[in-house]
Amino acid sequence: MIAKQIKKIQPSGIREFFDLVLGMPEVISLGVGEPDFITPWRIREKAITALEEGYTSYTSNQGLLVLRQDISDHYKKKYALTYNPKNEILITVGVSEGLDLALRAVVNPGDKVIVVSPHFVAFPALAQMAHAKVLYLLTKEEEGFKINPKALKELVKQNPKAIILNYPSNPTGITYTKKELKEIWKVLSKKDIVVISDETYDELTYKDVHTSFPSLDKKAKARTILLNGFSKGYAMTGFRVGFVCGNKEIIEAMTKIHSYSMMCGPIISQIASSEALRAQKEVKQMRLAYQRRRDFIVKEFNRLGLKTIKPQGAFYCFVSLKKYKIDSLEFAKKLLFQEKVAVVPGTAFGKEYSSYIRISYATSLDDLKNAIIAIERFLNKL
Amino acid sequence: MDDILEILESNSRISLKDLGKLTGKSKTALEKSIKKYEKNGTIVKYKTIINRQKIKGDKGVVALIEVKITPQKDVGFDLVAQRIYRFPEVKSCYLLSGTYDLLLLVEGDDIHTVASFVSEKLAPLSSVRGTATHFMLKKYKEDGVILVKQEKNKRLAITC
Repeated sequence: MIAKQIKKIQPSGIREFFDLVLGMPEVISLGVGEPDFITPWRIREKAITALEEGYTSYTSNQGLLVLRQDISDHYKKKYALTYNPKNEILITVGVSEGLDLALRAVVNPGDKVIVVSPHFVAFPALAQMAHAKVLYLLTKEEEGFKINPKALKELVKQNPKAIILNYPSNPTGITYTKKELKEIWKVLSKKDIVVISDETYDELTYKDVHTSFPSLDKKAKARTILLNGFSKGYAMTGFRVGFVCGNKEIIEAMTKIHSYSMMCGPIISQIASSEALRAQKEVKQMRLAYQRRRDFIVKEFNRLGLKTIKPQGAFYCFVSLKKYKIDSLEFAKKLLFQEKVAVVPGTAFGKEYSSYIRISYATSLDDLKNAIIAIERFLNKL
Repeated sequence: MDDILEILESNSRISLKDLGKLTGKSKTALEKSIKKYEKNGTIVKYKTIINRQKIKGDKGVVALIEVKITPQKDVGFDLVAQRIYRFPEVKSCYLLSGTYDLLLLVEGDDIHTVASFVSEKLAPLSSVRGTATHFMLKKYKEDGVILVKQEKNKRLAITC
């Protein structure tokens, strides 16, 4: 009954582990991929008002023009990028939908798509659902989990149709400087490759300012499908609003799929998202809180002998278990049963990463502190 | 604002060790900064916000009192205000624009203590032209902290 294409997609090996965690009450969780902050009140207030005013209908397929205009203004101000709100921006249901649309809009069956590992769980799955063949570009801890331009150059010899970039990255939290992005672009620009740039965590960049991929140069802008949304930076995961910026042709193609499969994003969420772009003060406060927690947790893990690269974005760090020579799933299970602390095994983000765990520090400082005490106790018994 | 101040403002009981981990500063550097802030009056006091409604048998009452006063030559409102804020019953005192001049926050054991403070100490002052006393019924939020019901996030325990 089930299509071959879907059968081919491996169910995530850690689903079972997730069920274990969800079945356990009173877990200290460092395994959550969303902010612990509740959506800032002014954004929620706007959503409530929208309901009161009777905004309960569909919107245009592309999404509310006022929101597209606000996004356009935001990108102009923040990244000096110009996207015409009328035909170069599409509102999606979360960034995940944007990614799905982008892949379906550009991939022909059998086309190759580069996924940089460790990767967000949806990347290879969505590429395969779009009938693509996935080429994995494995990044290494020794290279800061960053793309090695030489390895990339080698891989593009296989003439891939597209590459999915994601920075700041889930699960490593690493991001790229403008100089590093230019080197990546230098390799990519020589070929006719579509760059799908998932910049969901751009607001959560700690040290340098985030460089948006299409801002590198004109040609980069023409070739990039830029994905972003409100979930992470604005603590709005449940609102389900993402957006895509790209040239007219790609937005038109993606809107075609979106109009048949989704119709439009929820109107209340779209109205709230416009308000979100005005809540920069709140965003800054959340960013500061994450940054302090990051400094705390990275120092603590390194003190415990679990080598951790200090991430410059998002709210994750990718912690090495190499010193203890233990498999990540086994580590996560034991830690859960013995100390009731949940982490995500590295294998969730690529089978090669079995000696890492992903830690989310989108958790209160008290929980982080208690987790560290528990992990220290756990390691002493290992 | 300095990181140290921002963190202390939300949690003045944080240990120097944790403060160090959050700010990346050494213990001695932190001690030095905090001392400096204490000395120059940036840090005024370390206090605890207590929700008195939770204390069984706590009989205290709080009143906000609007006071109209006659300003005095050369010193304006300051001298009268000083006269008033020196009463230990007055916990806070603000000079405001609008229909009245001073707003006082007064605490007492019960309504009678506050009433006698108003009638015997405050109202008889020659520069006080009138008062209006409002007793506080319920505190919802204080110093930016919501006292009634804390919001909790409803996330799943694990997601990618």
